Amino acid sequence: MTADLYSHSSLRSRGLTSRTLPRTALAGVAVAAVAIASLLFAVTPLQGVADFIVFATALVVVAVTGLTLAVEGRRRAVDRLATSGALLALVLTLLPLGFTLGYTVYRGAKRFSADFLNHSMAGVGPLAPNGGVYHAIVGTLEQVLLASLIAVPLGLLVAIYVTEYGRNVFGTAIRFLVDVMTGIPSIVAGLFVLAFWVLALHKGFSGFAGSLALSILELPIVVRSAEEMIRLVPSSLREASYALGVPKWKTILRIVLPTAATGITTGVMLAIARVTGETAPVLLVVGNNNFIHTNPFNGPQASLPLFVFQGAGSSSKFDVDRAWAAALTLILIVVVLYVAARLLTRRNSLAGR
Amino acid sequence: MTAVSPGVDAALLRDVRSSRRGDRVFSGITLASGALVFALLAAIAVFLVVKALPALEHDKSSFWTTRIWDPDGTGKYGVAALVYGTVLSAVLALVMAVPVALGVALYTVEYAPRRIGTILGYLTDLLAAVPSVVYGLWGLFFLLPHLVGLQEFLNRWLGWIPLFGGANGDVNTFSKSVFAASVILAIMILPIVAAISREVIRQVDPAQKEAALALGATRWEMLRTAVFPPSRPGIVSAVMLGLGRALGETIAVALVIGNTFAISAHVLTPGGNTIAANIANRFGEAGNIGVSALIASGLVLFVITLLVNLIARFVIYRSGVQERSAAV
Amino acid sequence: MAKRIETVGLSCFYGKTKAVDDVSIAIEPKSVTAFIGPSGCGKSTFLRALNRMHEVIPGARIEGQVLLDDEDIYAPEIDAAAVRRTIGMVFQRPNPFPTMSIYDNVAAGLRLNGVRRRSDLDSAVERSLRGANLWEEVRSRLNKPGAGLSGGQQQRLCIARAIAVEPQVLLMDEPCSSLDPISTLAIEDLIFELKDRYTIVIVTHNMQQAARVSDITAFFTLRGPGEPGYLVESDTTQKIFTNPSEKRTEDYITGRFG
Repeated sequence: MTADLYSHSSLRSRGLTSRTLPRTALAGVAVAAVAIASLLFAVTPLQGVADFIVFATALVVVAVTGLTLAVEGRRRAVDRLATSGALLALVLTLLPLGFTLGYTVYRGAKRFSADFLNHSMAGVGPLAPNGGVYHAIVGTLEQVLLASLIAVPLGLLVAIYVTEYGRNVFGTAIRFLVDVMTGIPSIVAGLFVLAFWVLALHKGFSGFAGSLALSILELPIVVRSAEEMIRLVPSSLREASYALGVPKWKTILRIVLPTAATGITTGVMLAIARVTGETAPVLLVVGNNNFIHTNPFNGPQASLPLFVFQGAGSSSKFDVDRAWAAALTLILIVVVLYVAARLLTRRNSLAGR
Repeated sequence: MTAVSPGVDAALLRDVRSSRRGDRVFSGITLASGALVFALLAAIAVFLVVKALPALEHDKSSFWTTRIWDPDGTGKYGVAALVYGTVLSAVLALVMAVPVALGVALYTVEYAPRRIGTILGYLTDLLAAVPSVVYGLWGLFFLLPHLVGLQEFLNRWLGWIPLFGGANGDVNTFSKSVFAASVILAIMILPIVAAISREVIRQVDPAQKEAALALGATRWEMLRTAVFPPSRPGIVSAVMLGLGRALGETIAVALVIGNTFAISAHVLTPGGNTIAANIANRFGEAGNIGVSALIASGLVLFVITLLVNLIARFVIYRSGVQERSAAV
Repeated sequence: MAKRIETVGLSCFYGKTKAVDDVSIAIEPKSVTAFIGPSGCGKSTFLRALNRMHEVIPGARIEGQVLLDDEDIYAPEIDAAAVRRTIGMVFQRPNPFPTMSIYDNVAAGLRLNGVRRRSDLDSAVERSLRGANLWEEVRSRLNKPGAGLSGGQQQRLCIARAIAVEPQVLLMDEPCSSLDPISTLAIEDLIFELKDRYTIVIVTHNMQQAARVSDITAFFTLRGPGEPGYLVESDTTQKIFTNPSEKRTEDYITGRFG
């Protein structure tokens, strides 16, 4: 039997010692690869910044992997190639993030000011440099608030049904449908409200119509996060409450929901951050308005994302500047919501991490 | 129940009754809310169909094969070019985004030191929260001009593939294109796919990873042996959700796609359109039939994304893997 | 093929916390060495340092030397993966790869080492499963998932997986702690058979088990809460359990402490 054990050549010639490359060697090879790429671009017809970056990166990866293959063997080479791949992916992810945020701040700062935030576009033509987004902020805040007033209580109730009562076919079906709802494109939600509220019921454009569409998008996010947090509440808490003779509905309202409250709030804030930036549904059912229009239930309203979209399509450079400043405003609102939600998570006693 | 004293018994009974009534009322309310989800989805389907019908009846050409969009004038319109552009741009976006998303998810969980991994997680989540209109604006004013170099590169070296061909050496034509739309879509779905994949990969039992390492696996071999197999269903569903997002994205695409109705294999050259972008671009000038036609195209989009989502859910439910924290 | 392990002044750390303090011990080939001691005495940490599994945990590091037949496995030119191929490990909780069949679980390590020929894999899988006393129980369902086996069978599957790559040393970290008495007996029988071919080190909470299976017993303890663990003494199992040199060992063996 023992002779048999060593039948695999790859197992037989097996020492602990493997030749290992020092980090300096790897760095040197990488630098050499970049140098060769530069030389190639200097003396051959190769040109262009994009071409150089792609060539140089590829050359570095090939050189490092090749050297590892030659010195340390195939397994280490594959491992190092995978590490290079993961690092490259990291760079490719962080680059657009940096460029998007950085460029938005850079372009938006030009017009972003207190003046911009507390003035509307009333009486401001496309060729005038002034004007602001006050009316759009008012519109967006009202629309998102109304949408949340619909989606949050409804979402909570659905989450309670699914977690506490719905241990049956109907509950499973609702969970499934909520999952399906997560995938509804925002433009389809807008089209639905257009078909139902504006065209069939003849209600016309209004901020509230936009809220309806936004609430369709917000609902599944609220349900999913609330569901997750409610499931995290230990069943021992529930049982302790039942043992005291507290009925189930009171247990849910007094024990389960307060315990899960921080987590649910986080989920709700993330959901609000998501729908605040939604443009498509607003475009279809809210209309547009250059004036401060505080009544969301009647007549077209402005909104921040729509303001950005329309400015982007304008041929006036002032409109474009305003669009960038509005985009910056939008990002700031979303980032504040996001950071607040994350800070809240830290205080959450239920979240494990 | 034997009565000790009638007074106590009656009080107890009243309590039990009222708590039962409370339970019935409360569970009824939550049940009704659940039923509302049913009703809502049904209503979406019904109203889209009802409002699409006038345009479909008025259609002067075949809805599925026509490549022009003129419902209010000649009455000729169809979704052929739109469906093609929608699917093509979304699939290209997936091809670009998925490897990067998986790479960064792996890096976050398996390669990065814990603290850096946490920060990276926050950053990708934040990237997912940036509104699409901001990506669109950035795509239009920053990405389009900077993409020309990459487009030239692809055309020069890979122009023999029809996908990257068609420019005939004229590099000045590169501007709004299906390619630009797919790059923007890729940037947008990347954090979503990365975030869900990251959570899926994090769920892998460390004991399995140790088992692979104890067999003498390198880190990559450990990932292939112990991490990828159990994460596969979750990653597949993450990719499908990303695909659903890419198919339905409106505003960012509307700003960087050419808005033409040709079906062309050349993604670098100007042109192309998607269902959602077409709705955003045409809605303002559409008449009654025009709006109805746009709703009809939206119905097609709804069905496509529904199918993609059903497949994703099917993959998750079949494998029994719980998808967690997907709500980014 | 079995090799000798010797540690020289080995200390193990988690970040700034020292878990094991200055252990020097020689582990003889083709014998079973048992590590016993109270919870938190660092015996599992020490075991994991013997095949460089300790450093897998972020922030974990060691000081001192681990010699495998006089070769320092922590020397810079040594490949940690190669060390782990040579010194196999079985964990406290059975951890077969859940998505793999029984066959693929056993073949996993061989495939990593580039064994591709079906006939080679077949014979190695059968040999390893026979070696782990599992062959007769699973031969008819090799393509079924490993997760479908009982706890004791899963642990023997993990042993088969570990010996399939022909290690020189087998480390076992409380391999029976999650098993019922009958499965425990099966594993103990297996350890007795395996010691003809491997150097075996087993960490156990169970003193009877140490007395039953081991030739040498090493007693670890800690000086107090929050202090690092250290080696009190190691000697033949018979001597440790009948006439230990140290008072602390005697107190632990007789149940007066720990």
